[in-house]
Amino acid sequence: MLAFLTRRLLQILPTIVIVSMLIFGLQQLLPGDPALIMAGEDRDPAVLEQIREQYHLNDPVPVRYLYWVKGVLHGDLGESMRLKSSVASLVAEKLPVTLQLAAMALLFALGIGIPAGIVSAVKKETAWDYGANVFALWGLSTPNFWLGILMIFLFSVTLGWLPASGYVRLGEDWRQSLATTIMPAFVLGNALAAVLMRHTRGAMLQAMGADYVRTARAKGLQEGRVVLKHALRNAMTPVITLGALEFGTLLSGAVLTEQVFTIPGFGKLIVDAVFNRDYAVVQGVVLVTSTIYILLNLAADIAYMLVNPRLRG
Amino acid sequence: MIPTIRRLALALLLSSAAIGPAMAQTNLRIGLAEDPDVLDPTLARTYVGRIVFASICDKLFDIDEKLNIVPQLALSHETSADGKTVTIKLRPGVKFHDGEDFNAEAAKYSLERHLTMKGSFRKPELSAIESIEVVDPLTIRLHLKAPFSPLLAQLTDRAGMMVAPKAAEAAGDKFGLHPVCAGPYKFVERVQQDRIVVEKFADYWNKDNVFIDKITYLPIVDSTVRLANLRSGGLDLIERVLATDIKTVREDKKLALSKTVSLGYVGLTVNLANGPKADNPLAKDARVRQALNLAIDRDALNQVVFNGEFVPGNQWVSPQNPYYQEKFPVPKRDVAKAKALLKEAGVKTPLSIDFMVPNGVEFRQVAEVVQSMAAEAGFDLKIRLTEFATSLKQSEEGNYQLYLIGWSGRSDPDGNSYSFQVCNQPQNTAKYCDKDVDAAHQEARAKTAFADRKAAYEKVAAKVLPEGPILYLYHSQVLVAHTDKLTGYKAMPDGLVRVIGLKLK
Repeated sequence: MLAFLTRRLLQILPTIVIVSMLIFGLQQLLPGDPALIMAGEDRDPAVLEQIREQYHLNDPVPVRYLYWVKGVLHGDLGESMRLKSSVASLVAEKLPVTLQLAAMALLFALGIGIPAGIVSAVKKETAWDYGANVFALWGLSTPNFWLGILMIFLFSVTLGWLPASGYVRLGEDWRQSLATTIMPAFVLGNALAAVLMRHTRGAMLQAMGADYVRTARAKGLQEGRVVLKHALRNAMTPVITLGALEFGTLLSGAVLTEQVFTIPGFGKLIVDAVFNRDYAVVQGVVLVTSTIYILLNLAADIAYMLVNPRLRG
Repeated sequence: MIPTIRRLALALLLSSAAIGPAMAQTNLRIGLAEDPDVLDPTLARTYVGRIVFASICDKLFDIDEKLNIVPQLALSHETSADGKTVTIKLRPGVKFHDGEDFNAEAAKYSLERHLTMKGSFRKPELSAIESIEVVDPLTIRLHLKAPFSPLLAQLTDRAGMMVAPKAAEAAGDKFGLHPVCAGPYKFVERVQQDRIVVEKFADYWNKDNVFIDKITYLPIVDSTVRLANLRSGGLDLIERVLATDIKTVREDKKLALSKTVSLGYVGLTVNLANGPKADNPLAKDARVRQALNLAIDRDALNQVVFNGEFVPGNQWVSPQNPYYQEKFPVPKRDVAKAKALLKEAGVKTPLSIDFMVPNGVEFRQVAEVVQSMAAEAGFDLKIRLTEFATSLKQSEEGNYQLYLIGWSGRSDPDGNSYSFQVCNQPQNTAKYCDKDVDAAHQEARAKTAFADRKAAYEKVAAKVLPEGPILYLYHSQVLVAHTDKLTGYKAMPDGLVRVIGLKLK
C-alpha cells in the first residue's frame, strides 16, 4: 500500500509539470491581444505599450513561462490584470463555493443514480427498468441552462419559493446558502445521475450474473443481502472511478449552470478571464483544478483498494 | 470564538438600531450585466464599472438629462479668452469617506494621479493638461497645452473623479480593492463576480438627498435571469434589458421601464487602407460604399431586430443629439440607385466582401438583416462570426473588409468621432485620412461656443458621410427596468444610475 502510494505520488509531479506547460502553451494559441482588451475602448497607444511592458507581453513565450513558473514555485500564482487582485486570493474565494456546489450536486447524483441503477438492474425489463431508463435519457439530453431557466421560472418567478440566483456563503447563513445552491446543484446532479444510473445498471447486471452471486443465493441468503452485499460491492468499482472523475469535472467549474444561477465559482471566474485574456487567472485556476483532478484520480485508486481487497498488493 | 463574534455583532446591531432611525434598513439591489473591473477611477475601463462609481466617487462635474455640464464637486468653471486656462472653483465642506477634507490640493492630487500613475487609462483623456495650479484652497487652475473644449466633458466622467489623497497614496495600485472617494456611498465589500456592497456615507455633502441606506450591486450576465430576478423580487433594478424583453416588462404591473437613447452608435467600419485586404472596390471607391449605404433599410432593421425600439441613425451622434447635422438626414433605402452606383463604379456583381461580426445574439441578427438587404443590391456579404477580443485584434491588423462594431459613446461629440476619423488615431482602424476633416476636428476642439463647434462638425459631416469610412446604422436605447417600489429614478443619457433622490418603499 505504502509503496503504491509513493509510486503514484511520484507520478503526479511530471504530470503537473506537463499540465502547466500545456496550459501556458495552449493559451498562447488564443487569438487576440490581451493588451488590446486591457486598454479598454480607447486603446491609446501609450497605454497599450505600458501594459505590454508591465505584463512582459513583449517577451518570448518561454521567457514568460519561466516568469510564471518561478512565481508559482514561490507560491505566487500571479495577479489578475483586470481586477488587480492576486490569483491566489481569487482561487481561495471561489474554491469553497465550487466545492459546496460540487458536493451537493454529487449527493443528488449518487442519491438518485445509484438506487435507480440498482432497481433497474434487479427489476430488469419491467416498468421500473423502463422508467429509470427514460429518466436517464431525459437527464442526459436536457441542456443544463435550459433546465436551470425553467426551474427559475417555476420556483422563483411563479411560486416564489427560492431565490432566482445569487449565492450566500455557508458560514453566513446556512439556510440561505442551501436555498441559493439547491437548484443549481440539482441541475448539475441530474445530468450526472443519469450517467451514474446507466453505469450502475450495467455493472450490476454483470455482477448479478456472476458465479459468486449464484453461490450466495445457493447458500440461501436473502435476495436483498445478495444484491446489496455481494453484487453491489463488486459493481461499485467502475462507478467510483466515474464518480471521482465527474466530481473533478464539477470542481473545474460548471460554466453554464454558474452563469444561469450567478454562482460565483470557478466556472464564471475562468470564462470571464478567457474573454478578457486575463492570462494569469486562466493559468492559475486551470493549474489548481488540474491538480485537484489528479489528486481525485489518486483518491479513486485508493477507494478501489478499499472496496476490493484483491487489489491490495 | 465564532459565537462570541456573533453575539458581539448582534449587540452592535441592536444598539445601532436603538439609536438609529426606527425605519428598517433599505437595501437597493441592482443587477449588472457584467462583473466590473478594478474599482479605481484611474485604472478602470469598463462601462459597468462606471455604474458602481456613480454611487461611490463624485466627480468635478456631471451631466444632466439634456447633456449640459453641471457642477458636482466643483461649483463653477471659467475658460480664459484664449482657451488655454480653465479655472475651477470647488465646493466647500466636502469630505472624503475616510474623513479627509476635499480641497484644491486634493483635486490637484487626483488629477495628477490620473495623469501620471502607471497604467492610467485617464492619461489620454486629460492629455491636454500641461500643469495644475492651486490658486487658493478652493480654486484650481488647469493650464492647457492648447485650447481643448472637450476637457470639461472628460471631467464629468472618471477623469473628474476625486480620490482621497492619503488613502490613495497608502494603497498605491491596490486602491481599487478598497476605493475611498467623496461620493454619497462608501465602499464596504466586494466578492468577485458575486456582489459589491456600498453603504450611505454620513458626511456626504448632499446627504439630505440620499434616502437609501445600502446598495448591493450584483453582476448577473444572463439577461433572462436578470429579468427573472427582478420579477421574483430578488432585485430592485436591472440595467441593459434586451429590446425583445420590453414587452414582458411593460406587461408586468409591478415594474417600470425607463429608456433613453444611448450616447453611442453601432455602424459598419470599412477597411479603407489597412493592409492588403483593403484591395477591393468597396475600399477604393466611395460610390460602392454609398451603394451599400443605400441598400440598407435602417427602419426595417430596427423593426426586425429591435422591435422598433432603437433609433435609426447615420451619424456618430443620434438624431436627438444637439450636435446632429440636420442637413444630412438618415438616408432612405434606394436599391435602384445602389445598383446604378455599382454599375457606374464598374463593379462586377455579386461583390463578395469579408464581413467580420463579433459573436453575440443581437449583432448576429443585425448582420444577417444587413446581409440580406445588401444582397438585393448586388453585395455578397460573407459573415464571419468572431469572438470579440479576436475581432478587436483583427480590426487593428486590417484583417477584415467590413466590420460591424459599436462605440459606447461619450457626452461630447469629440469622443465619438475624433479618434475614429482623424489620420492615424488609435480607433481609426479603417485608416481614413483627410486633411480637411482633421482641420475641422481641430477647430471643433479649439472653439468653445456651441454654434461654432456645430459649424465645425458640419464640415466634418460634409466630408466624412459621403466618403463612408464608417456607415452608421443605429443608436441603441439604454433600457433600465425597476420595481415600482423605487421612486425618483431619472434616466440619464449615459445610462448610469444616479443614486441622489432615489427612494425605496
